[in-house]
Amino acid sequence: MAASTEKVSRYTPQEWRNLRLGLLFVSPWALGFLLFTIYPLLSSLYYSLTRYDLLRPPVFLGAKNYLTLFFDDPHFWNVMYNTLFYVGLSVPFGVGAAFLIANMLNSRIVARSFFRSVIYVPSIVPAVASAMVWQFLMNVQYGAINGVLRYFGLPIIPFLSNPGWAKPSLILVAIWAQGAAVVIFLAALQDVPRSLYEAATVDGANLWHRFRNVTIPLTSPIILFNLIMGLIVAFQEFTVPWLLTEGGPMNSTEFYLIHLYRNAFEYLRMGKASALAWILFLIIVVFSLIIFKSSARWVYYGGEK
Amino acid sequence: MTTIASESRTRPAPRQYHDTGNRWQTILLEVIKYAVLIPLTLSFAFPLYWMISSALKVDSQVYTMPPILLPFPIHPENFIEGWQILPFTRYAVNSVVFYTVPAVAFTVLSSTIVAYGFSRIRWPGRDTIFWLVVMTMMLPWAVTMVPLFITFKWLGWLDTYRPLVVPALFSHPYIVFLLRQFFMTLPEELSDAARIDGASEFGILFRIILPLTKPALAVVALFRFLWAWNDYLGPLIYLRDENRYPLALGIEQLSRRANDVGNFSNGIPYLMAVSTLVALPIIVTFFFAQRTFIEGISLTGMKG
Repeated sequence: MAASTEKVSRYTPQEWRNLRLGLLFVSPWALGFLLFTIYPLLSSLYYSLTRYDLLRPPVFLGAKNYLTLFFDDPHFWNVMYNTLFYVGLSVPFGVGAAFLIANMLNSRIVARSFFRSVIYVPSIVPAVASAMVWQFLMNVQYGAINGVLRYFGLPIIPFLSNPGWAKPSLILVAIWAQGAAVVIFLAALQDVPRSLYEAATVDGANLWHRFRNVTIPLTSPIILFNLIMGLIVAFQEFTVPWLLTEGGPMNSTEFYLIHLYRNAFEYLRMGKASALAWILFLIIVVFSLIIFKSSARWVYYGGEK
Repeated sequence: MTTIASESRTRPAPRQYHDTGNRWQTILLEVIKYAVLIPLTLSFAFPLYWMISSALKVDSQVYTMPPILLPFPIHPENFIEGWQILPFTRYAVNSVVFYTVPAVAFTVLSSTIVAYGFSRIRWPGRDTIFWLVVMTMMLPWAVTMVPLFITFKWLGWLDTYRPLVVPALFSHPYIVFLLRQFFMTLPEELSDAARIDGASEFGILFRIILPLTKPALAVVALFRFLWAWNDYLGPLIYLRDENRYPLALGIEQLSRRANDVGNFSNGIPYLMAVSTLVALPIIVTFFFAQRTFIEGISLTGMKG
């Protein structure tokens, strides 16, 4: 009460009017935030402490779901390994490749927008459609890639049917669909002032020096952005592995979201699935924080921050 | 374009500085650049080329080794025959009428209003609360997947498009973020003048701000269209009845049929033909709205 009377005296009628209006305008978001973010977050935390199959009411188990996952689940650590393998390679290589391609496109070049379009389009094609082509391309018997290898007398590659090859193959598909990052990088590179490169050249910097000391620092916030976004997406990759390998062969592509999906919607283990979801949430938060913390050392904010 | 212009303005002969006196190094770099870029671009383009060219083949051309790069004779009738194996016209109607159109309309309308509240009205606590919006952009959707399913089941919304479309009425954080960026670039005087004339905030938004931000609306509408059109996991979770399938689930259904050998011939060409048809609206939209796409994507990275 006391606080609110204080506020009355602090805000002018105009400010009150603005506050009411502002809240009115953002109310769809606020309502959605409560209904589709806060409530699900809290309820999934609750479900993660229960056994719940949608048919009978949830049974409270305490931390049992988490303990079973960590210490008594033959699949969990394999799923974790698969996911970290996939994220650990697809994100750095994807972002790195995107950055290098963007740099090549940013130099003096003919038909830049043509190259850019060709590299961007795979990222917007429906994942289901591209999964169909890749499945066909990577087929052992009649896939085009193995057809060419066989024609030249080279050994064929069991892209999707060999547990050792399946993960790298899916990473390849993921990198193929990295075009959005290339476009974001290219936009950032074009914002780097020309004069800096010219000054560096006058000072005797060669191509590598210019790349290392001008390009990378000035685009580092965007590298950070693409790393974090890539991380969030890669940890939750579902469609392409689900359609290409369905977690196989021999569970080698059973990634986190596939495992979560199976538990929730095939086995109706809503409690276990919620526990999996919360673990994933915490992993993503921790990884993002690590990247953010380390960014203080390598991200350059133009003297602002 | 702009880079070339500014280059020539600032330095009449920039080449002298670029190669630091070594012409061969420059030429070598150019050669390496194209030697990397051209094969790279070809391999990026190849899968989609393979999809379209295989759509024009028949089985005998598909299974020939080495692979046929340019099919002849071509079989464009695959597009019609493949489309008719499953009720793809119905799937297309489902995708457009029940998913894409409402999702785009709801998201753009609600996010416009919310973004206006976060940018064009000054109220205490606004920027603090906006941080929550940014945070939700980064929230993994996997966390809310299970409880939302439980809620929507409880509401009796399974096997409808409501779980996919109704949340769009409550704005989308990423689109709010993009629109806010656009709205902030407009001068404050525009709104002030209208306020003095007695215009309401809704009046200002719809009569003054929106006409000036049409390109921004196009960008976000395009992205939302893309997400809905390409969505696979959402329909997979919520839709069971095949009559309600969107195109994404229809393609998967066709691939299951095509993989059961002996079901029908030309399975792969039909699958590639339908995949091409489903990807086509996206590719065509891209070529007509290339600048909008690129601008939108470029803005994403700004102020990361």
